[in-house]
Amino acid sequence: MDLTLSDEQKLIRQAVERFIRNDYSFDARKKIIGAEPGYSTAHWQTFAELGWLGVPLPEAHGGFGGALADLLQVVEPFGAGMVVEPYLPSVILAGTAIAEGGSEAQQAELLPAIADGTLIAALAHGERQSRFNPHDVQTSARREGDAYLLDGQKTVVPGAPWAQKFIVSARTAGERFDAEGIGLFVVDADAAGLQVDSYRTADGARAGNVTLQQVRVPASAALGDPAAGLTALTAALDLGLAAACGEALGAMQAVYQRTLDYVKTRKQFDVPIGSFQVIQHRLVDMFTAVESSRSMLTMLAVRFADPQERARALTATKVHLGQNARYVAQQAVQLHGGIGMTEELDIGHYFRRLTLFCLAFGSTDEQLETYAAEHI
Amino acid sequence: MNVDFSPAELEFQQQVRQWFADNLPADLKRKNELGKMPSRDELVAWQRKLNEQGWLAPGWPEEHGGPGWTATQRYIFDLERARAGAPIGLSMGIVMLGPVLMAFGTPEQKQTYLPRILSCDDWWCQGYSEPGSGSDLASLKTSAVPDGDSYVVNGSKIWTTYAHYANRMFCLVRTSNEGKKQAGISFLLIDMDTPGLEVRPIISIDGEHHLNEVFFTDVRVPKANLVGQEGQGWTIAKYLLTHERTTIAGVADSKVNLGILKAMAAENQSNGKPMLEDPRIRRRIAQVEIDLLALEWTNLRTLAATAAGKAPGPESSNLKLAGTAVQQAITELMVEIAGPWAWPWQTGDYVGPPELAHAVERYNFARAATIYGGSDEVQKNVLAKMMLGLK
Repeated sequence: MDLTLSDEQKLIRQAVERFIRNDYSFDARKKIIGAEPGYSTAHWQTFAELGWLGVPLPEAHGGFGGALADLLQVVEPFGAGMVVEPYLPSVILAGTAIAEGGSEAQQAELLPAIADGTLIAALAHGERQSRFNPHDVQTSARREGDAYLLDGQKTVVPGAPWAQKFIVSARTAGERFDAEGIGLFVVDADAAGLQVDSYRTADGARAGNVTLQQVRVPASAALGDPAAGLTALTAALDLGLAAACGEALGAMQAVYQRTLDYVKTRKQFDVPIGSFQVIQHRLVDMFTAVESSRSMLTMLAVRFADPQERARALTATKVHLGQNARYVAQQAVQLHGGIGMTEELDIGHYFRRLTLFCLAFGSTDEQLETYAAEHI
Repeated sequence: MNVDFSPAELEFQQQVRQWFADNLPADLKRKNELGKMPSRDELVAWQRKLNEQGWLAPGWPEEHGGPGWTATQRYIFDLERARAGAPIGLSMGIVMLGPVLMAFGTPEQKQTYLPRILSCDDWWCQGYSEPGSGSDLASLKTSAVPDGDSYVVNGSKIWTTYAHYANRMFCLVRTSNEGKKQAGISFLLIDMDTPGLEVRPIISIDGEHHLNEVFFTDVRVPKANLVGQEGQGWTIAKYLLTHERTTIAGVADSKVNLGILKAMAAENQSNGKPMLEDPRIRRRIAQVEIDLLALEWTNLRTLAATAAGKAPGPESSNLKLAGTAVQQAITELMVEIAGPWAWPWQTGDYVGPPELAHAVERYNFARAATIYGGSDEVQKNVLAKMMLGLK
């Protein structure tokens, strides 16, 4: 039994924490998200140079082959800093889809470029009607000679405005909800017939809708079997959810700590509000929510690699972190009072970030429903 | 990162599992499944059997007759004890008084009392709470006034679990009214058959007699029965709070009880279908199961820190709060499953399905979990102060 971090894990965690502390203050972040392109290319370069972009990617293709426990050392501090750079969209989601679904040649072409920061990719799988169901694919890929023609629309694709390539899920066979017949295709952002409508997301990052009209890609653009892309897509979404949970924990810890500091200094009726028992007990509940979430994430880190355990562990973790993230975020705003409601303070930004987490990869309630149906 | 037991620990686990399989009496196991307390005689017989094996006091070092187990071994033992369906036993002498005597007792006190705890010749009860002082324990008023070789004790204690079974009590008494109220408290050992001591039953909302009120009228206690120094009682009581954290959350028993709950839901119907197929019930069970999983891993984090020779981290301070919340949630769901079978009161096992017939008693009894040993509210006060630095 050993739950301590390895020396390597400690080092990377300290490095990311140092970066957040020194280079990613709330004000610095505000400047990044307020200007174009909406993320910092300089920071992205730094991430690449420090090796962070390669952490979960295979060693054979420029990555470090890290396990979830390694990846968490990067994403937890990222969550605390509310990093908007497209780590999750490019490295984790697109990277995993390529690593799990792509041929050796495809991996060799794309993964080193993701790891060294020269390529930003995004996973375009959600559709207007699909909510969180990756089987629900209406975008079509029709074979025509040695090419595929892609038609359809992908919605709320994180990182879309910055992506040079998209990994698009599209149906090559079967009916709307079938698990079979879904392919993953690598599509250049500047391909003819592809249009990105970009927008800001509630947490300060950016996303977009990707419309594909008769977009022609060579047959070699299919990642692996064009009728069996769901396996790679699921692997990407699994690691994406696990990493999102890590980010959420980092954000929860940060917003809890800020709230604890605040109640010690904010005075009402001539005393710090932290001297009131009702406030103290609320803070204890927030503390408990954070620590309990950390326990759950530890469980996930240990069990994630086991294919028998993964789905159950992941669903339970999302439910638990979703419930606790909502609680911590709501109480942070509540205890800050009016100032917690403002755009000016970081608290509200953590609130928005954590709210999106609760709705990512299947909302908390939906995940509870899944757990109840499949895992008890 | 892993939570795997070592080969030696796995072998130990097998050994413990086998021993329980060979030695646990079937009727004791059944009572435990139904959430019923064994009788005094049943429990004493069972604990003596455990003691013959050397396993009655998992936390005790070898020099005092314990097995000298590591924290991980104690965790494994508790896991297997619960899995086998064995009762948790009575912890007052073993968990509470034993460690106190080892740390603060005179050589004579250790020699006299420790072996008698293990042999079950002594049944200890704990005299802490008083009618006027529950959560504010330090405000206790029961007085012990020196008189020759004795203290003369006057006052009363309340919520004294199994005082009617006990032949001895360890007791917090006031020996001084000077200075801070904590400083005037002493730790005294009292024979229950001393003249002037009277025990009266309190029946709790589960319909059972676990609790008592104990009255002291000029009860003479030899000064040799003082543990530690006069005025050291509060320090001794606090010492116990920092002891033994690996099983306080009750994870092992909650896992077993969750299994019992699922079986109840599978075996009883609503609208012609097992309740376990009802999405409403499934969702509520899922919620408890997920909460329990998080608790289990908080416990494992604590254990891993202990095993690595470190002090348990902040996560451990929450184990009692979170553990009792899960215990209560499970019994709450048992009552939900019981439905109409929550009505018959103390009918024994013959009116309806036995598990359901006892569900309401379990639920009622479990409400005590967030009151005893420092109520939830007091736990949060302590956490806010010690862990969060809020004053």
